[in-house]
Amino acid sequence: MTMILSDIIPIAIVGLFLFVIIRAGREPLWEEAYRRLGSNRQTMAAIVVMSLFIAIGILDSITVSVSNSGKPQTIVDVMFRGIPQERTYSEPMGTVTVGEPHPHELKHKHIFGTDGVGRDVFYNMLKGCRTAIIIGCLTQLIAMPVALVLGMLAGYFGKLTDDLIQYAYTVLDSIPGVLLLIVIITVLSLKGQERGLLQICTALGVTSWVQLCRLVRGETLKHRDRDYVRAARALGVSHGRILLRHILPNLLPILIITATLGVSGNIISETILTYLGVGVPPDIGSWGNMIDSARMELARQPVIWWNFSVASLAVLILVLCINIFGDALRDAVDPRLRS
Amino acid sequence: MPSATLSTRAYEASPNVGQASLPVTHIKMPDVLLQLEDLKTYFTVEGGPARAVDGVSFTVEQGKTLAIVGESGCGKSMTGLSILQLVPEPAGYIDGGKVLFEGKDLLDSTWEQMREIRGKDIAMIFQEPMTSLNPVRTIGWQLVEAMEVHGTARGAEARKRAMDSLDRVGLSGPDVVMRQYPHELSGGMRQRVMIAMALSNRPKLLIADEPTTALDVTVQAQILALIRELQQETGMSVLLITHDLGIVAEVSDSVAVMYAGQVVESASTLDLFKSPMHPYTQGLFASIPSRSRRGQDLLTLDGIVPPATAWPSGCRFEPRCRHAWGTCKSVAPKAAPKGADRPVRCHLYDPDIADRPSTSAAPTAEVLP
Repeated sequence: MTMILSDIIPIAIVGLFLFVIIRAGREPLWEEAYRRLGSNRQTMAAIVVMSLFIAIGILDSITVSVSNSGKPQTIVDVMFRGIPQERTYSEPMGTVTVGEPHPHELKHKHIFGTDGVGRDVFYNMLKGCRTAIIIGCLTQLIAMPVALVLGMLAGYFGKLTDDLIQYAYTVLDSIPGVLLLIVIITVLSLKGQERGLLQICTALGVTSWVQLCRLVRGETLKHRDRDYVRAARALGVSHGRILLRHILPNLLPILIITATLGVSGNIISETILTYLGVGVPPDIGSWGNMIDSARMELARQPVIWWNFSVASLAVLILVLCINIFGDALRDAVDPRLRS
Repeated sequence: MPSATLSTRAYEASPNVGQASLPVTHIKMPDVLLQLEDLKTYFTVEGGPARAVDGVSFTVEQGKTLAIVGESGCGKSMTGLSILQLVPEPAGYIDGGKVLFEGKDLLDSTWEQMREIRGKDIAMIFQEPMTSLNPVRTIGWQLVEAMEVHGTARGAEARKRAMDSLDRVGLSGPDVVMRQYPHELSGGMRQRVMIAMALSNRPKLLIADEPTTALDVTVQAQILALIRELQQETGMSVLLITHDLGIVAEVSDSVAVMYAGQVVESASTLDLFKSPMHPYTQGLFASIPSRSRRGQDLLTLDGIVPPATAWPSGCRFEPRCRHAWGTCKSVAPKAAPKGADRPVRCHLYDPDIADRPSTSAAPTAEVLP
């Protein structure tokens, strides 16, 4: 059951984003925004790299066969079937193993070397894409609606609504983040279930909506007293319509930038949580797991640097691309920034 | 209730046209569209309620223009917002009074009923055209929405009407303007769009809160002429909130002068310009530069409007009044001591006040610009 679910989630996430992107393209505001994105080379490069990571994540979510040991094999697994497992570490493009008294000849070339149990590092890195995308996006999809709805209600209606919502998130926010994360993950994994991505996403979602909510509340509060909202009210526009069709579009630029920064923040959180031992379980490939093993590897002689570097580089590139994209999208959507 | 004969031209009463302001002779009672009775809008602030609007009464007749004149902080904008119940919450609240629109007290209506009235029966335009349009929506979208929220028109029909209305308010190339964003238009163009939006549902009353203050002088005249033209066409009434007596002379049929949350004098525009009676009104006129006083120092009203938390207990204008004497400090003047025909909130015109010093005979000011 969980297996099927985790196969569907990344495809569903990407599908949802594609749907939203295509749907939004029909509105003149977004049509123009896309045109602007397209004319920026740096942004296009970021989008291409992001799409590459996403494509790998998708390929890694489609199970096509089952291995001899009964493990499901995704397209990525099948693609790397030809590359054999070595005995232990080996340098990028190396010919012999590292760390053994008598180095063994490698069976195959590995561009980024191999890890402690002889698995190809490049393959491990690719396996981490799916985890990063799920944790980055799913967490944001859990946190954003909560933050948006509560933040806008609190900011717009004020009074008791505002007090209650503010109280709720202030209490939540006063608990140390990492502690709360560990507690939630532990509680969610109690009922005989293994710790999985879903639990981590939920935990990260619960702890990360506060910041966004506070931001949305403040922005809504600011816009609520703007003249255009007053004018809309004087025209007889209802509260719901003012919130959804007048204030929300004005929050979009700031939402987009926060959401994308949130996605990259979540990807980084994953590596930290995994490093702390409460993140992604070791059998699921993730960049956090790769960095986690660096604790031992960096203290070795000779230093095993490639495992750690490749994972960090992957995080860096993906996070950088997401941030560039978010920044450009924010600028493209705001009509005031168009000249 | 609406009758065609009553959609009298707005500018008939302006002094330039002279004798046309005869309707005040009460041969036939004109239809009253809006009547405010003792309206009170207070704000909760530190140091007690700020009585921004404190017992304001006036009437707006069908098809006519009433101007509310006063300094900043005298409560004229709040009066306008109170009519639509758009007083900024949570600090502001309507404490009492009546807002009779077509005989029905709006203060008794529910939020939803009020929402129906806003924009449909009573529309409002604001001082700042630069910020009164949603910055991330096209002009067309906003015009169409104004109609759609009241079900006046939808879809293609609404778009067509929006284009017509843009054309009507004098914006050339309406199809281009429809696709533009507010920041692409000038202040005057935006105010025209605001007017088009406000009038898209053919309201019976337009509240114009300093519609030209933020615009430069040539555009001011155009906008005023536009409002006047559209008023003639649709027969709506206009409640014009302004601090500019020049505008009052140009467009309004009658005037209510506000000071410190109260109406201190109301009259037909012609009467008011001919013989302003309240010392405050006289002061306002005297502070307009005039050819007839060439070479003399310009008169000014000393001091400022006191804060709304601390209105004087007697006459509110007493601290700044040249004619004030002891009674003014302690006794609040009646709203209309001279009779309801010409309400002047001043002891000078109250026959019951006996201790008036001889030096303070009712002043007459030669003020017509």
